[in-house]
Amino acid sequence: MTQLVLFYVAGAFALGGAVGVVGTRNIVHAALFLLVALLGVAGVYLLLFADFLALVQVLLYGGAIVIVVLFALMLTRLQDFSGTMENKQWPIAALAAAGLFLVVSVAIARGRGAAFTERTGPTMKQLGENLFTFWAIPFEVASVLLLVALIGAIVIARSGEGER
Amino acid sequence: MITLVHVQILSAALFSIGLYGVLARRSAVLILLAIELMLNAVNVNLIGIAAFTDPNKYLGQIIAIFVITVAAAEVGLALAIILRLYRNKGTTNVDQLNLMKW
Repeated sequence: MTQLVLFYVAGAFALGGAVGVVGTRNIVHAALFLLVALLGVAGVYLLLFADFLALVQVLLYGGAIVIVVLFALMLTRLQDFSGTMENKQWPIAALAAAGLFLVVSVAIARGRGAAFTERTGPTMKQLGENLFTFWAIPFEVASVLLLVALIGAIVIARSGEGER
Repeated sequence: MITLVHVQILSAALFSIGLYGVLARRSAVLILLAIELMLNAVNVNLIGIAAFTDPNKYLGQIIAIFVITVAAAEVGLALAIILRLYRNKGTTNVDQLNLMKW
């Protein structure tokens, strides 16, 4: 019972932060709302017996991705965004998002989800063994992906010689 | 008690809010933040299914690790592109970034 209350609290953080990301007028506030939302999601992971994922979520998202976005906002003038924040098509977007949520919730409610109530989760040892033996090749591919993304970001974002 | 339905409804709600953010915002950085919300919604769904229905395999958690990795790489690259665009065009308003439009 207390776990359900904790789930609702973490879900409230996640959804409240999400609404803040899509609704606020200030870009820096949106990045900070994203941090709140991702910490709420990390709380949900802890309730789902995914302690390593909760750690990775806080570390990577909170400690790297949001920080990088904030750096990019603060060190350039990206945060001075002139004009309104919303498109002209935001009512249709709201309708589409609400329609999607309705359809997916009906599908979820009609599914077999309510029958599952027992949660299990791996120990970090089991997860590590699984990740480095059975999933070793995707793991290495992910490392190469990160390397390529890093090199690509450096190449794209630096000023070339012809631009000075 | 918590059932799978709770977790999946949370995931659907986060995804829909992220979808609204992607479709209705004008600044490229805000669209990027909404994409991160959608990726997190997918992760919540994967981990929820792994916790409730997958003893001893934890497939959902491992896929979620890879999703987080790809999301991190994507944010780095996307910010580099946004910075470059801002340098070249002077704006991050996606309504004005229409070079590839017909």
